[in-house]
Amino acid sequence: MQKDKENKIIEVRNLVKSFKSGESELVVLKGLELSVPRGQFLSITGRSGSGKSTLLYQLGLLDKPNSGEIIIDGTDVSNLSKEESTKFRLNKLGYVFQDYALIPELTALENVLIPLLMQGLSKEQAHKKAVASMTKIGLGDRLNNVPSQLSGGQQQRVSIARAIAHDPDIIFADEPTANLDTETSDSVLQAFIDLNKQGQTIVMVTHEKEYSDLTDRVVQLSDGKIISDIINKK
Amino acid sequence: MSVTSHLVKGKRIKNFLTSLNLGTFLAFRQVKRSSVGTTALIVFVMMLTFLNLVVVRGVLVGLIQSSTDLYREKYSGDVIVSNLPKKSYIENSPSIIEIVKNLPWVETYSPRYLESGKIEGTYKERIDYTEDANLANAAFTGIDVNLEESATGISEMLIEGEMLTPEDTDSILLGANLMKKYLDIEAPGLLLLENVQVGDVVRITVNGNTKEMFIKGIIKAKGAFDDRVVMLDSTLRTLIGRNDYNVDEIAIQITPNADPVMVKQALLSSGVGETARVQTFDEALPKFLKDMQATFGMLGDAIGSIGLVVASITIFIVVYINAITRRKFIGIMKGIGIDSVAIEFSYILQSIFYALMGVMIGMALLYGLLVPYFIANPINFPFSDGVLIAELDGTIMRAGLLLIATIFAGYIPARLVVKQNTLDAILGR
Repeated sequence: MQKDKENKIIEVRNLVKSFKSGESELVVLKGLELSVPRGQFLSITGRSGSGKSTLLYQLGLLDKPNSGEIIIDGTDVSNLSKEESTKFRLNKLGYVFQDYALIPELTALENVLIPLLMQGLSKEQAHKKAVASMTKIGLGDRLNNVPSQLSGGQQQRVSIARAIAHDPDIIFADEPTANLDTETSDSVLQAFIDLNKQGQTIVMVTHEKEYSDLTDRVVQLSDGKIISDIINKK
Repeated sequence: MSVTSHLVKGKRIKNFLTSLNLGTFLAFRQVKRSSVGTTALIVFVMMLTFLNLVVVRGVLVGLIQSSTDLYREKYSGDVIVSNLPKKSYIENSPSIIEIVKNLPWVETYSPRYLESGKIEGTYKERIDYTEDANLANAAFTGIDVNLEESATGISEMLIEGEMLTPEDTDSILLGANLMKKYLDIEAPGLLLLENVQVGDVVRITVNGNTKEMFIKGIIKAKGAFDDRVVMLDSTLRTLIGRNDYNVDEIAIQITPNADPVMVKQALLSSGVGETARVQTFDEALPKFLKDMQATFGMLGDAIGSIGLVVASITIFIVVYINAITRRKFIGIMKGIGIDSVAIEFSYILQSIFYALMGVMIGMALLYGLLVPYFIANPINFPFSDGVLIAELDGTIMRAGLLLIATIFAGYIPARLVVKQNTLDAILGR
């Protein structure tokens, strides 16, 4: 039992999230329960409005639930202050956004560098780690290009490099292939699979079945509830 | 303080320094890769704001400063000794002059006799005695030509004719403001001489005595002598019957490094204060000049303050628009764990950069172009030649004020945007 607890990197208990819409209240997550073992590649699927992105934002500490508990690596993160959340995100989590979310004035390398500098690493250490991260995802020759000089796929891979550079416990990816063509999407997903093979926990929101089928586990949401939870056989 | 709290404090300081370090990194890159045109425009606006802060006040103060300097250089000297309020001259003047002469800081001095009277021109051509005479009321000043020249350089004030010599007992220098030709204004009770020129004979009446005299020269220096009739001290002394050599005022020029207040104190310590009034040049300034000095200084400060507010608002708008248009990226940075201090600091640094660039270019323009231009081409005002006064310490203080205002004007909008909900910023909600 103790071993099982230690193995769970994410535990969600009775998670409720609602939004006010004028006079009425729209409940998006309705008492959701979920646990994710360390090293798992989990995909969250569902139709538009099912609550999959909202769940990702709660898990990634980008938003606060109305009630319920989120425990990440043994820490109850549901009630952290803004500053504590920021620090937790910096040290424990990595993000890959649908639209890459790179800072336009910074080069690819500098985009990867900033979370490392924020962690207090020296410029030399941060530079070394950022270059290693860029090389790992195959962009070692694009270090000094600004985002506008990169293709969509390359930008998304820079985003992945930024997410993994500081060795996070979990990577959250919000529809990372939505803006990419098939070939580029395949290469981005392959990058995630490779990372997962090295033990990286990944939680990815996607509406593309062919990609969710490639992950370890598929959780399907509908109307704020989990309607299926399938372990993929590989 | 316990070891734990020391450690916590140390960690906080380290985190803060890390944030400042990253803020600097972000600011440098944002400025470096921002549009050259936009940066140039912002710097240009900051430069104009800085110049507005310094130049407008500098010109206003310069107008008065010039007239004050003129009064000091061309009339009062650094210290002026004059008669006590209820006395018509300085009693025991020869002894006082001896004291003045022997003070170590006195470079030169000029004793003067003063008396009011009338001057009449073209009286020989006057036919119709029902018409007003060609008269002007004037203050007559008797000088020792050599001493006055060394004290005020009176010959430099000549605009027509020649300077008096010690032998010119029948000649005068006429102040330009007594002539309609030079002061063409109409005012009730103001009498001005018409149709007189250098070489003409005029009739002067002082203390009931009348004398015909030649106009040897016309003087004008936007100062006190412009309203006066100047003659040899011996001539005026005879006219007013002052045979005891008691003068009405003594203008004293002191050595360059001496302090007028110290010289005044030395004179008072010597007992001069018992029979005369001793004033430094700024104490002796005419009241209208003092009032104008205060008013123009206040106006300059008011305009400067408005300039500072305008500068703050300009920076606020620039930073706010910049931060609002980058709201999504600010959200992303917060999302990936960059703390607010680093982001806010990057905006403060950018504001400081714009302000510093504006100030530096403004200073180069100010001291390289504007100040030399105004010295070469002073503004021609009736009471002074206006120059631009921009003392370095005052300019640095205003640049400092602008920078402080910039820090706040950069911080507040950045804070407003940074404190918005992270997810809303990322999603553009």
